[in-house]
Amino acid sequence: MKALRYLIPLAIFAMLVVFLWRGLSLNPREIPSPLIDKPTPGFALPVLGSEQTFRPEELKGQVWLLNVWASWCVSCRQEHPVLVAIGKERVLPVVGLNYKEVRGDGELDPSKIDAATEKALARERASKWLTRHGDPYLLSVLDLDGRVGVDLGVYGVPETFLIDREGRIRYKHIGPLTKEVWSTVFLPQVKKLSP
Amino acid sequence: MIPELGHFALILALLLALVQAVFPMYGAARGDATLMSLARPAAYGSLVLIASAFLAQAYAFASNDFSVLNVASHSNSKLPLEYRLAATWGSHEGSLLLWTLMLSGWMAAVARFSRHLPLAMVARVLSVMGMVAIGFLLFMLVTSNPFERLLPAAPEGRDLNPLLQDPGMVFHPPMLYMGYVGFSVAFAFALAALLGGRLDATWARWSRPWTTLAWCFLTAGIALGSVWAYYELGWGGWWFWDPVENASFMPWLAGTALIHSLAVTEKRGAFRSWTVLLAIIAFSLSLLGTFLVRSGVLTSVHAFATDPARGVFILAFLAVVIGGSLALYASRAGAVGLGGSFAPVSREALLLGNNVLLVVALAAVLLGTLYPLFIDALGLGKLSVGPPYFEAVFYPLMAPVIFLMGLGPMARWKQSSALELWRQTRLSLGVAVFGAMVVPWLMGRWSPLVASGLLLAFWVIATSLSGLFDRLARGAPSGFLGRLKQQPLSWWGMQLGHMGVAVFIIGVALVKAYEVEKDLRMAPGDTTSIGAYQFRLVDLREGRGPNFKSVIGRMEVWEGERLQAVLRPEKRNYDSSGMPMTEAAIQRSLSRDLYVSLGDPIGEHAWGVRIYVKPFVNWIWGGCVIMALGGLLAIFDRRYRLRAKAANAAATTTIAPEARV
Repeated sequence: MKALRYLIPLAIFAMLVVFLWRGLSLNPREIPSPLIDKPTPGFALPVLGSEQTFRPEELKGQVWLLNVWASWCVSCRQEHPVLVAIGKERVLPVVGLNYKEVRGDGELDPSKIDAATEKALARERASKWLTRHGDPYLLSVLDLDGRVGVDLGVYGVPETFLIDREGRIRYKHIGPLTKEVWSTVFLPQVKKLSP
Repeated sequence: MIPELGHFALILALLLALVQAVFPMYGAARGDATLMSLARPAAYGSLVLIASAFLAQAYAFASNDFSVLNVASHSNSKLPLEYRLAATWGSHEGSLLLWTLMLSGWMAAVARFSRHLPLAMVARVLSVMGMVAIGFLLFMLVTSNPFERLLPAAPEGRDLNPLLQDPGMVFHPPMLYMGYVGFSVAFAFALAALLGGRLDATWARWSRPWTTLAWCFLTAGIALGSVWAYYELGWGGWWFWDPVENASFMPWLAGTALIHSLAVTEKRGAFRSWTVLLAIIAFSLSLLGTFLVRSGVLTSVHAFATDPARGVFILAFLAVVIGGSLALYASRAGAVGLGGSFAPVSREALLLGNNVLLVVALAAVLLGTLYPLFIDALGLGKLSVGPPYFEAVFYPLMAPVIFLMGLGPMARWKQSSALELWRQTRLSLGVAVFGAMVVPWLMGRWSPLVASGLLLAFWVIATSLSGLFDRLARGAPSGFLGRLKQQPLSWWGMQLGHMGVAVFIIGVALVKAYEVEKDLRMAPGDTTSIGAYQFRLVDLREGRGPNFKSVIGRMEVWEGERLQAVLRPEKRNYDSSGMPMTEAAIQRSLSRDLYVSLGDPIGEHAWGVRIYVKPFVNWIWGGCVIMALGGLLAIFDRRYRLRAKAANAAATTTIAPEARV
């Protein structure tokens, strides 16, 4: 019995190895979304730079990307060149969802800004940002109060959704897109979805 | 051509490591002196070969050889020379090469400074280290060859991660790895002792200086990493309980327990099997740290190089090395015996208490670090464990450790009495309580948190000083100087090390309680005041570095009518990666840091600015430096050298008088 206690460290270690082994095949950055394979939540939001509104149904029949961004989001700037490259190659339409442009910015105090000013300010800031960094989007919509973001289960900005021809969300990427993620994760799925 | 030579040197080093692992071990089992004496030349040869490979890699970086994949992906011709050299270990492949270089350095050092050890011991120790070297060389050659060619060559390199383009990053990894790898010596000594059946006070004396040296490097390495995070990440924090930080902290906790446990084994012959186990654990955690950082099983703010494919190899390696050594431990430890007995109140008992608490704290950190992985692996969801968990668990475990730290050096070996301890320490306790009550009040705001932190720090200082006084005021040789000289260096080392912990705690407590942080938007001409200071943003200019553009703010800091500092925080945009980097501007002083970092531009002229006033923050790292110095001092204790000389002269009868520590 006494000799057994010297086996305890080995036993604990063996358990640890099993977990580490399992861990190798898991991706800690991948957060499952309950929305995967579900229809995109419906919305109608104003389009940046025009008086129109946009509904996801308008892109039915196409495979497209929905990219959540904001000008205050630092990681968005990091992923932006990748999006610009995608836009240039015309792989598929990319729609931008500008998320809480004014309210999300920690530097501004939303309680001091009225609705009309917020709208104008958001339009101004978002357009300026796109002029400066390049505009890869077919169009961008403004989600000022972040309600659509909630429907989409946005954890943090940026996030990118892949939506199929029936309007269902097929994949969701959290955090900045990289060339690697684009070519290894998105592109194969895009090819599968668009015969 | 030179990269191929480097590659070839690595292959030769692998073959030599095989020789070093197999023949001396076999020789030791058979009592064959010829085979055993292969160990030393093999160790020296490994150092030469691996150092050549390392130089070849450094040369490829220095000469901008973009036909080498590793250089093309981690360097750039515009990168200044010092960072091109540091980029040698900025990548996954390069850091492994550095790891292996240090391992061969430690092997050569063991070969060189082990003249007084029995040949069989040296043979076994170097053989075990050779096995570790095999693992790392194979890992490099099979999955991560640093000399892999990129043909045709890239016209320009992709540049080093801007976060790593910093003097702190030049020194942080080598220091840290010296510590990690240094524990391989203690590990090898432990396994050699288990294999040879010789686990006694002599064994502890042999492995003690090596262990302490590794611990010093690790302490300095962790501190450097913390300093780097403090000024480079621009958040003003110094410790984030991030998985990568924990990966370096866990071996440190195990190492701290180990050096104390070794002291008991050397002095009293007790704790033997426990000491061996700690030696195995300390090195195992160093390997586990490498696995966690390199495999990508955990997310981290600074997982710079992750690759699951390589993870499989390291995990297999871990399983063999750690599993093998724990199996050996399980089969042999029972025969080791427990050593000298001791009373419930004695220095042994106090050190045992400290050891157990350190290991429990270690287990808590390990659990917190791996918990997200456990939950994910069991299919229970995704979550992350943040600083609140670690703080809630770690501080209460550390408080008794610190309390015992003050008590331990006071207690006598074998048997002490509680009453006597109380008499010896009651004055110190009184001083500590008084200080903890008064100092926070003098600082302006009293809170239980800062008072309890200071109580512990003052307790350590007071007991150390009272111990010092006891030794110097009374004792055998007459005269203060005589007694001063008589104290062994290892005793001074311990005092200094403990003092370092106290300084560290003071820093942590005061920063946590009294730091002031302000996040605001500022345009040139704006002024804001924090505490006694007024911060005025004078202007913002565009700047240009060798491989980046930047915006540099000029911030004047006034205290009333006196200009205290002009700070120049910088926001850099690196040409190759386009990654924005924050270079905080800090005016350091002993009693406070003024810290300013630029956030993002807001509108046309204004910027988000983050300002911190951090009282006593430098004490945190100062404490670490003092701890490491204490360790160094202990290594130079005469008795380690005396033994060496005595053994060399084959004068087995002269045994140094037992030191009192």
